[in-house]
Amino acid sequence: MQAAQANRLREGGRIDRSRPLKFSLNGKAYTGFAGDTLASALIANGVGLVERSFKLRRPRGIFGSGAEEPNVIVQVGEGAEAQPGLPATRVELRDGLIAHTARGWPSVRFDIGAINDLFGRILGAGFYYKTFMYPRSWWKYYESAIRRSTGFGRAPAASDPDAYEHRNAHCDVLVAGGGPAGLMAALVAAKSGARVILADDGTEFGGSLLACGEDVAGAPAADWIAGIVAELGEQPDCVLLPRGAVLGYHDHDFLTIAERCDSGEPVERGLHPPVRERLWRIRAKRVILAQGGFERPLAFCNNDRPGVMLASAVSTYIHRYAVLPGRRAVVFTNNDSAYRTALDLAVAGAAVAAIVDSRPGGGGELAIRARDLGIPVLQGRVVCDVTGRHRVKGVSVAEWSGDSWENISKTAHFDCDLLAVSGGWSPAVHLHSQAGGQLDWSEAQLCFLPSRARQCHDSAGAGNGKQSLGDCLIDGLRAGTEAVAKLGLTPIAIEAPDAGSAREAPIEALWRVPAEKEADRCLKQFIDFQNDTTVADIRLAVREGYRNVEHVKRYTALGFGTDQGKLGNINGMAVLADVLGKTIPEVGTTTFRPVYTPVRFGTVAGESVGALYDPVRQTALHEWHEAVGAPMEVVGQWHRPWYFPRDGEDLHTAVARECLAVRNSVGAMDASTLGKIDARGPDVVKFLERIYTHNVGRMKVGRCAYGIMLGEDGMVMDDGVMARLGENHFYLTTTTGGAAGVLNWLESWLQTEWPELEVYLTSLTEHFSTIALAGPNSRNLLEKLGCDIPLDRESFPFLTVRAANLAGMPVQLFRVSFSGELAFEINIGSHLALQMWRKVMDAGREFDIIAYGTETMHVLRAEKGFIIVGQETDGSVTPVDLGMNWLLSKEKDFLGKRSLARPDCLREDRKQLVGLLSSDQRTVLPEGTQLIEQTACGVLETRPVPMCGHVTSSYFSPSLGHPIALALVAGGRARKGDNVFAALPGREPLPVEVVSPAFYDPKGERQNV
Amino acid sequence: MLLIECPWCGPRAETEFSYGGEAGITRPRDPDALSDAEWADYLFCRSNPRGNHRELWNHAHGCRRWFGVERDTVTYRISRSFELYPAAVPETDAALQSGPDNSNGGD
Repeated sequence: MQAAQANRLREGGRIDRSRPLKFSLNGKAYTGFAGDTLASALIANGVGLVERSFKLRRPRGIFGSGAEEPNVIVQVGEGAEAQPGLPATRVELRDGLIAHTARGWPSVRFDIGAINDLFGRILGAGFYYKTFMYPRSWWKYYESAIRRSTGFGRAPAASDPDAYEHRNAHCDVLVAGGGPAGLMAALVAAKSGARVILADDGTEFGGSLLACGEDVAGAPAADWIAGIVAELGEQPDCVLLPRGAVLGYHDHDFLTIAERCDSGEPVERGLHPPVRERLWRIRAKRVILAQGGFERPLAFCNNDRPGVMLASAVSTYIHRYAVLPGRRAVVFTNNDSAYRTALDLAVAGAAVAAIVDSRPGGGGELAIRARDLGIPVLQGRVVCDVTGRHRVKGVSVAEWSGDSWENISKTAHFDCDLLAVSGGWSPAVHLHSQAGGQLDWSEAQLCFLPSRARQCHDSAGAGNGKQSLGDCLIDGLRAGTEAVAKLGLTPIAIEAPDAGSAREAPIEALWRVPAEKEADRCLKQFIDFQNDTTVADIRLAVREGYRNVEHVKRYTALGFGTDQGKLGNINGMAVLADVLGKTIPEVGTTTFRPVYTPVRFGTVAGESVGALYDPVRQTALHEWHEAVGAPMEVVGQWHRPWYFPRDGEDLHTAVARECLAVRNSVGAMDASTLGKIDARGPDVVKFLERIYTHNVGRMKVGRCAYGIMLGEDGMVMDDGVMARLGENHFYLTTTTGGAAGVLNWLESWLQTEWPELEVYLTSLTEHFSTIALAGPNSRNLLEKLGCDIPLDRESFPFLTVRAANLAGMPVQLFRVSFSGELAFEINIGSHLALQMWRKVMDAGREFDIIAYGTETMHVLRAEKGFIIVGQETDGSVTPVDLGMNWLLSKEKDFLGKRSLARPDCLREDRKQLVGLLSSDQRTVLPEGTQLIEQTACGVLETRPVPMCGHVTSSYFSPSLGHPIALALVAGGRARKGDNVFAALPGREPLPVEVVSPAFYDPKGERQNV
Repeated sequence: MLLIECPWCGPRAETEFSYGGEAGITRPRDPDALSDAEWADYLFCRSNPRGNHRELWNHAHGCRRWFGVERDTVTYRISRSFELYPAAVPETDAALQSGPDNSNGGD
């Protein structure tokens, strides 16, 4: 048992020792300090074994110090606030923080799943595909078992109580990354007068400077950072976004940044809870990418043991968090940067047992400094294996011949509890690549460097392949200066500050460390730690025929995890290239896609949740509908009354009552959501002739007509009643859902194809409300309301429109019917609509008027065989299929007409609109029911059963006393009287009779009285 | 997200616009005179080039005007936006009979 924070250094670091913080991991209590991450606090407490790996359940510890951390992915918080999938290295420590790891049962130390590790040989790449194939029907059981054992946490069941927001911003220069290069770039840009946004994923600016002991401009790095940040803060147009992770570089220099607005402290959530995370949506004129680089691990046996860490992470823990991750360390490297870690360890008080350098010639100046401190340096040697299971106990060292695939024998052993590894550096080219920029392979530096940009971006610093601190500062200055010049501003002259730079020896390729057995038998040389992808897995993928890097990625899960290959991808591609006998640039990289680091769903959603998710449209009569307790049907964004229950009626009873009331007396419906378009202009007739299928020009002023419009493919697009109000003035109605689309459709033809037509279109949908009155007493009701025009059949015939004064209010009265009854539609300004509605309901009491909703409207129209666009049609139905040939003018062209003559539209066996009657007089067929053919011996035996159509609308008809259905049936119009079968789930197929779709009053006499 | 220059409103975010497909597809003047293949060509076939593409956009959440854009389908770089019918349109019946000549998409 370790004492509290036994690994904490007495002094140094960017932590606040006066603010101790309590936290827990998997129920065990620890303390850390303000300024810690969860990872640094765990290391301070000597917690080496933290998690089990994804597939093999191998013991794992913290490996990195930033976004690249593959092993320790925790769930923070509990209940609705729980946040899964966070690398411990990015979790800011706060008092009371509760964290859990995803795996380890019954405990991380004694994980029952660790048995997987023993079966590593059969758990290679593609294991699931190969193993769980048979019997096929068992997949559903396999899948649920596999899913239970995997994953990186549990999504909370309750909705996220936090608030998030989106913010749009523009800037001249966006600098991504606030390390030495980013700070210099931002400084020169801001001081030259550019509008600058500087974003950095970390809690404070400085990047790699926070993790080194070097001086800048003769002062400690921290002082220099503070000076620059203060100077930037004084600039008038400079926005500083610490805790701001640049997530994506999208088209046309549009970037997104997730800004964590607090450190995750508990907050008071009142009516306006504070914003937890903010998504910045930024359009930048120039972008400077200065996100630094990622250190690569090395691939040797058991390179994943707790206590093996990236060298740069070790330095970060020492300098930034004042934590010493081990007492006796070995450093294993193929480049110079890890020597700095060895020096850091020695200065911090750890014993450095050895620096194992694969290069026969060893390192540069830093190697001399290490030797001066008495650290043994072994050149031309590699660490080939690690001992210790739950913690590194020692390393085996062997001579390195330069051949990755030749077996070697260990020649020495070193006891240690920490192994710091460095396989070189990969610039963080993610955003550069997302933006479409090219990458060039540098054989000298053994990494992909950003080259030609596709958008307005430039890379700087370590992200541009610069290695020393001095070079990074100079490169940041250069990038900032060039950006300013490209903006047309005059860059001010700034001197790059002095910073140390050591002469370095070049890096050497070491993509796989050989072992004492053949590569395919080395199952513990990990490339992608998070997915347990090994060198052997990549070799297996190649043996099984995979060649393309994207395919190998998907087969082996290389780079699939939360770190998205930041740690292992380049190593994996290099191994793949080696196995294939190709060069690394020939193999290439996988595609870099947004997002750069994982982001909360809440941040993506922003304010668009709950009531703000989608606008709600309400009619002018909504207040009345709500007051009487009508359930609402959502139609697009509209909320329409569905039915009007009385005394606890259910849908079925209420609709039956409403239907009979309309058929026997009168009902009123709010039809205001229908789209309404005012069309006028000298060429309006010419225009509408081309749009609608019927002869618009023949309509006399005051006439109404049912019209349909087709797409150019001949399929029914929308329908509605149109009225000719004047010689050059029409009033068009559309379906509720089609209103906006139809207006756009009409406009597109006017603007792009027929600009010579002078026609003006105006949407009136919300300006006018529509009250439909239907039923034999509707005329009597209008008379009772007081109407200044004659309403008799001769003066105001069916399908006409009249301006009138009704109940003292100006209206347009339409004599149209969607129910087959004598019916009128009152069009009235929306400001008067509620008043009119109340008068209608008052006056209607004498006729036992009822309000009816959308459901009754549907039943009434289905009884008449009237279609609903989008219900009877689905974009593949022509007017001929619907039996609407009478609407198709032979005298003119109209949109879609030519398509009706295409061979496919002339087929006799197209699906046609028919009515269906259930043979048992009882069953209301579910809408969408498939119809299958009848045969002499019943249902066809062939599987799948050939289908001849489907049910589009189906209701119980209260007026007729039996179920009715509309359907599209192949060749249906010629099959009246035939039986087909309705395929019903869990039942024998039910015979149904094909009949005419007009079930009620087929001659249409009732509407014409 | 693209930044699109509306000829009337200036540069705006893509979310304000809706896409209208390839520009310069002219509706045949006499569809009945066309063979099925010719009609299908007008109806379905588009050039889908790799590189410069002239296409229609509608400033749906702005001025609601349709206009043309030249966009590279590889880089998404937009080289210019253009009005479809910048000149005064003919009003005579004769012009209407012959139909608008917008085969050039209108520059």
